[in-house]
Amino acid sequence: MNTIEFTALVGLGSLLAGFLGALTGLGGGVVIVPLLILAFHVDIHYAIGAALVSVIATSSGAAAAYVREGYSNVRVGMFLEIATTIGALVGAALVMHLHVSVISIVFGVVLLYSAYASTKEHTHSGADAGSDRIATWLKMDSTYPTANGWESYHVREVPQAFGLMFVAGVLSGLLGIGSGAVKVLAMDRTMKLPFKVSTTTSNFMIGVTAAAGAGVYLSRGYIDPGLAMPVMLGVLAGSLLGARVLERAEVRVLRRVFSGVIAVLAVEMIYKGLK
Amino acid sequence: MERTDQRMDEIMGRLLRTGVILAAVFVLAGGAVYLARHQTPPTNYRVFQGEPEELRTVPGIIYEVRGLQGRALIQLGLLLLIATPISRVAFSVVAFLYQRDWTYVLVTLIVLGLLVYSLLGRNGGG
Repeated sequence: MNTIEFTALVGLGSLLAGFLGALTGLGGGVVIVPLLILAFHVDIHYAIGAALVSVIATSSGAAAAYVREGYSNVRVGMFLEIATTIGALVGAALVMHLHVSVISIVFGVVLLYSAYASTKEHTHSGADAGSDRIATWLKMDSTYPTANGWESYHVREVPQAFGLMFVAGVLSGLLGIGSGAVKVLAMDRTMKLPFKVSTTTSNFMIGVTAAAGAGVYLSRGYIDPGLAMPVMLGVLAGSLLGARVLERAEVRVLRRVFSGVIAVLAVEMIYKGLK
Repeated sequence: MERTDQRMDEIMGRLLRTGVILAAVFVLAGGAVYLARHQTPPTNYRVFQGEPEELRTVPGIIYEVRGLQGRALIQLGLLLLIATPISRVAFSVVAFLYQRDWTYVLVTLIVLGLLVYSLLGRNGGG
């Protein structure tokens, strides 16, 4: 296999990962690392560096569209980014000290959780719990577009969400993923934001979190241009394509299948870590 | 509640899009140069060696780009990509200043400081 073949194969795999990630809402970054490690035998540090870069690309690309529609809550996002960026710096620092097998196992467990969380239907009651002292002080309450025009909502439990966001940041910096699942958990379940606001604000934050981790990875020499190039371009093209198809596609079955794939990758990562 | 942030949202959206497109163009151009010059077996990624010093730091990458090296061009594109969310945060500082929202000026300044530290600080690189 020469450089062109290697680049083409990695690019194709990334394209598919980005496409399925956008279609199912699970993100492409989450399968890139296992794909690079298991199929292309790439060292985990290079794999995480390349995945982190692709996460910034898809998040920023998607956020550009969402932000303008007025769904994302910029104040909530900015405030919680303090927690995610500190977490990402901690996570990126941990990578140096943890053994590769430990990182593989943590990765597998997080993948299993993502697969499990994606199969669960969304059950948020939607009932507005009223105002909250801290959220009011931070002027987080806002409005979002619905079928009946702009509707207002209140934000709850800021400290708990802040803690969860720190965890999301650590996972992002440690594993090179966007940790969208944990971010949505913090905003949807804990802060009681409307679902569409949670998902778009999460997407908005993922780029900043990943940038914090990527900065550390770059200065430590974990980001290889030859590898990151096909991964970044592939995932970006795939996710743009996925977002186009999304409006017409029946994603329920696909979501199940993709969750299954993620679960298999999770088991393989844990097995690799234990070996 | 009046949506005073709408104009800010629109500018932010445009900023993000431009950053991603610009980054992709540099990565693509660098990738073309890189592939045209490297017909050899691919780099061994099985064993982690770390990138050379000149591809790790902002000044190093900018210096290398002057030689139109494919790998340095890609790295510059990736640097632009990392800079995209950072510039979004920087823009938010200005936007909150304009709104005289001092709490969020402070919040965004903290985030910006952390991001700049991550990119420029020596993070114990070995």
